[in-house]
Amino acid sequence: MDTKISIEKAGKTFGDGERGIVALLDVSLEIGSNEFVTFVGASGCGKSTLLRCIGGLETLSSGSIKVDGAEISGPGVGRAMVFQHYSLYPWLTVMENIKFSRLLRIGREDLTSSDVEAASGRADALLNLMGLTHVRDAYPNQLSGGMQQRVAIARALLPRPQILLMDEPFGALDAQTREVMHDMILHVSKLEKTTIVFVTHDVEEAIYLGQRVVVMAPRPGRIDSIYEVDLPQKRDQDMKLAPGFLQQKKAILTRIRETAGMHTDYELLERMTRQAEQQNDMR
Amino acid sequence: MSSRHKISAGWSSLWVIRGHLSHRTYLLFALTGMLLPLAAWWGLSVSGWMDKVFMPGPLEVLSRAYTWFKEDDLMQDIWISTYRVIAGFSLSAVLAIPIGLMIGTYRPVQAMLEPLTDFIRYMPAVAFIPLVMLWVGIDESSKIAIIFIGTFFQMILMVAEDVRRVPITQIEAAQTMGANRGEIVSLVIVQSAKPALLDTLRVTMGWAWTYLVVAELVAANSGLGYSILRAQRFMQTDKIFAGIILIGLIGLAIDQFFRWLHRKNFPWLYKK
Repeated sequence: MDTKISIEKAGKTFGDGERGIVALLDVSLEIGSNEFVTFVGASGCGKSTLLRCIGGLETLSSGSIKVDGAEISGPGVGRAMVFQHYSLYPWLTVMENIKFSRLLRIGREDLTSSDVEAASGRADALLNLMGLTHVRDAYPNQLSGGMQQRVAIARALLPRPQILLMDEPFGALDAQTREVMHDMILHVSKLEKTTIVFVTHDVEEAIYLGQRVVVMAPRPGRIDSIYEVDLPQKRDQDMKLAPGFLQQKKAILTRIRETAGMHTDYELLERMTRQAEQQNDMR
Repeated sequence: MSSRHKISAGWSSLWVIRGHLSHRTYLLFALTGMLLPLAAWWGLSVSGWMDKVFMPGPLEVLSRAYTWFKEDDLMQDIWISTYRVIAGFSLSAVLAIPIGLMIGTYRPVQAMLEPLTDFIRYMPAVAFIPLVMLWVGIDESSKIAIIFIGTFFQMILMVAEDVRRVPITQIEAAQTMGANRGEIVSLVIVQSAKPALLDTLRVTMGWAWTYLVVAELVAANSGLGYSILRAQRFMQTDKIFAGIILIGLIGLAIDQFFRWLHRKNFPWLYKK
């Protein structure tokens, strides 16, 4: 597998001096072409920061991120990003949102009329792929959250990006919608041959979607461990109940809990329950 | 029994917190809210508790408005006042919108202009009147200048706030699609802030009318505000009432016009 993204000793510090917060420390990772990598970790582990650095929305304090061997500086058309929410343009219809990148100068350079035709054909194809044909002329606020995310994904895919960066894209959706979206995005990944970097807080989602699950740890944000997912290429919702899946889920959850440095104080809870009971008895 | 139960349930359902009102019920309440004060005013004027000179009734005010229209060139007063408001307000908007846009978009511009604007807007616009009269004279431009001073600085800050409220993800999404700075400003920030900007204009338009009256009370020999002041000199309270109500009505009309523009231009906000 060719390397698509190579992250070398990436470091990111917010603020400076003593009070600076180390969001990323010495993160190194190679992501292959058409690979689907998912990132999980306790809050503050820097998974979103890393994604934003790959997207070029944040700049690294040290180290480098290379795409196809070339170091990135700032956002680029080849790296599309899908956010958790509020990224659609409410004043544009679904179709206009999907075609937004066509309004930009960068999308118009050196275009022949056949390119333009091909692009509108692609917009229609994406509309179809995402099951949005019937809401083509609707405005985003007329759509459900799941439909809105489909529009956001279609919009990101329009200029045929080689890399799709997804920052908890399904985090605000209900469980049933999320399942549908999972199979949809897997389908897209196979069809479009896109490299997908996917950040989530949902371990089940991370295993189901990812070929590798990268667990990050907080304070300072770093890669803790990487799990190879041993599932058949063609995923199926029932796999989530298979023993192997559950075992891996448990292992990852335990690891995240250990790195989070947060634990439930059972002793305190018990003491409080006893006290409450005593008070009830006295009454 | 059951019908009484129904009525009481209907009554209490009106008072659900953030509840829903049918169109008809809404109109009923709105009309009541408008007519009740009018009826109270009329009752007060016919009761004889207050001298007619100080408290003219609705009919007196209406007939005064009519003679004002017939003999005293009411339309000229309305025209000149409206002209001043629109001129001062437009001048202020034309300058405040780009400045506010820059403040809300670029941090150095914000650092340079926002504290200054914040400071100036707390200086009472009315206190500038003597200075404006010395500098600009007492012709039309002084009235326009006062309206400008009264609205401009507030407008800058409100526009800047509208621009800052554009969700950062909308901007970042455009960045990752390859938009350059100019495209982000024109295709995302301005488009996204437009509805809020129109609301800002609607609100500041109200303030422009307030400053118009101030300007005309002090330094004018025409217009609605001036007519109100002169009416006081001749104890024409009915004319004072007529002038105040007229300004209120014009303001209401302009406000409704802005709301209509809002619905017309931003259909996505009204489709659910």
